[in-house]
Amino acid sequence: MSQGTNSGQVLTAGGQRSAGAEAAFSMRGRFLRKNLLTALLLAPATLWLVVFLVLPFVAIAVFSVGERAPEGGYQAAFTFAQYANLPARATAFWNTMMLAPVGALACLLVGYPVAYYLALRAPQRWRLILLALIVIPFWTSLLMRTYAWMYILGGRGIPALLAYIGIEDLRLINTPGAVLLGIVYGYLPLMILPIYVSLERLDRRLLEASADLGATPLSTFLGVTLRLSLPGVMTGFSLVMILLLGEYLIPTLLGGGKVFFIGNALVDLFLQSRNWPFGSAIAITLVLVSVVVLIIANRISTRLSGARRVDLI
Amino acid sequence: MTAVPDIEFRAVTKRYGAVTAVSGIDLAIPPAAFVALLGPSGCGKTTCLRMIGGFEQPSEGQVLIRGRDMAGTPPYRRPVNMVFQQYALFPHLDVEENISYGLRQARPRLSPREISLKAGEALAMVQLAGYGRRKIHELSGGQQQRVALARALVNKPAVLLLDEPLAALDKKLRTDMQIELQNLQREIGITFVLVTHDQEEALSMSDFVCVMNGGRVVQIGQPSEIYDEPADLFVADFVGKTNLLSGKVAGLSGDLVDVALADGTVISARKRVPLSRGEAVSVSLRPESLSLSAPGGGGLKGIVRNRIFLGSTAEYAIEVQGIGSLLTKADHVTGRGNLFEPGEPVAIGFAAGAPLAFPHPKNNGTNQREDQHVKILS
Repeated sequence: MSQGTNSGQVLTAGGQRSAGAEAAFSMRGRFLRKNLLTALLLAPATLWLVVFLVLPFVAIAVFSVGERAPEGGYQAAFTFAQYANLPARATAFWNTMMLAPVGALACLLVGYPVAYYLALRAPQRWRLILLALIVIPFWTSLLMRTYAWMYILGGRGIPALLAYIGIEDLRLINTPGAVLLGIVYGYLPLMILPIYVSLERLDRRLLEASADLGATPLSTFLGVTLRLSLPGVMTGFSLVMILLLGEYLIPTLLGGGKVFFIGNALVDLFLQSRNWPFGSAIAITLVLVSVVVLIIANRISTRLSGARRVDLI
Repeated sequence: MTAVPDIEFRAVTKRYGAVTAVSGIDLAIPPAAFVALLGPSGCGKTTCLRMIGGFEQPSEGQVLIRGRDMAGTPPYRRPVNMVFQQYALFPHLDVEENISYGLRQARPRLSPREISLKAGEALAMVQLAGYGRRKIHELSGGQQQRVALARALVNKPAVLLLDEPLAALDKKLRTDMQIELQNLQREIGITFVLVTHDQEEALSMSDFVCVMNGGRVVQIGQPSEIYDEPADLFVADFVGKTNLLSGKVAGLSGDLVDVALADGTVISARKRVPLSRGEAVSVSLRPESLSLSAPGGGGLKGIVRNRIFLGSTAEYAIEVQGIGSLLTKADHVTGRGNLFEPGEPVAIGFAAGAPLAFPHPKNNGTNQREDQHVKILS
């Protein structure tokens, strides 16, 4: 077995061609195998999403063009009557459209300074601990924590304490302020974390470069820090806003359920009055609104930060 | 010098907790000079640059820019601009917006027309005219380097600070930029302060080199001075290649010392600091000051171990019995096949005055490299 003969074979034209064909074949084989593996790995997640997200969504879409059965539920039909009926819930839509952006904005105003402090000012060894402190409340159910606020803001909570020092008849619970407070409390981590991540990634030398070029700390913040953290801001903002579009727990518990939101309307329609088609039409509309919000947020942050791609989580 | 120095350090010390990064530096940089701060990593050169820029405050002493004490003056009020390592260009702004960033901070405000005019000039100066609307990530490393230069120079600083500006470029581009930087400095006529760990870069570009080690300035001088007359063993070893031979002082006569090498050979060397008889010394011999010849004459005798042919020159590693390996360098003359072969015995000669004797570093010596070197040689 001399090596000379082997290399001689490779050098003949025929040998070369067959070697090339073989390489192409094995490459295709590897390609197929790789695809198969990818498919296998993706199968559980795909199945899950199809069964629990896509199919229910299709069902809701079908319901929304149907009719309410006389005894409640769904009856097959094809009509846009449910959509035409949407103005009947205009107040709920209006309240939601007010609550979602205002709540997200409140979270942003409170959350940005916290994220800024954590990413750029907090001592390195405290950072993880502080981050953990922000996330830990998530380990308890939002329902329980909101109930806690009910007591804190209720007659035997803060107002009772204030009564000791002479401030009487202060109503906190069942006010718009209480709802806003509950929302900021519940959704703040969702705002802080994405902003923190984008500020943490920020190249500190850019801040030095800005100062070096004569920018005061304020213009450095506006021109560099804020601009480059906008993807995080937009992620946090749209995340909170979309979740708030479906929120009904906090307004019910802390707002006394006097103000109606889409979330309340949905619960009411599906569980109480059993008007599934109308509820479905509202749900579909809500999804469309969410998508529009996402697209707009994405556009804005892409344009302002100069980033080519915005990661939404 | 009567002119006010552009930059002056007065007994500047910088400590980070228990670590002293820079200790007691006095330095005056004359106007319109190209100065390199040269030293190994951790020698304090970058800290010095950052203290000029205002990103660090000295723990003791003063930093003056054009005669004004800069204590308490934030970076954005200093008349200097910096080219950062890896450039630190703003990714969310295009080339022109990056360059006009500093102009837009100016108070009183400049008119938009003025800003775009000046930015255009700066772009042309670094040969990037027409690139104004490009995104930063669309530029090559060399182009980004030019944008960083233009962004700093467009503000007409009193002093331009350059932090390892060429470190990220490939060799060919680096050589081009060295020439370009030199030309720019002469054209604009302001002081450039360059921080580098690359001795070749420092020697080739600057009017003055300030060699630093262990937080101190070891030597300041023109490049040729630094290379030919190193102040101590560290400079001799760090700047350029050299052979270090250990030995003992056998005799003293004026500026010269006789050094007995490990194998008993006695050579005559110049000294830069007072030495006493019997003191352990290292003798520095530049590779190019050594000449090779066929054995038979005087000088050290050795055997060629390796030959590194470099085109215009050839380097040889010569094994000398009792002393160790010596590096020599000879010009290559085309057509004359006077290359020595590995295994060939040779005689090593050197010009009188070429060897420089330095005292061995004390135990509290500043550099470990010296010790390693001595160990290899002994």
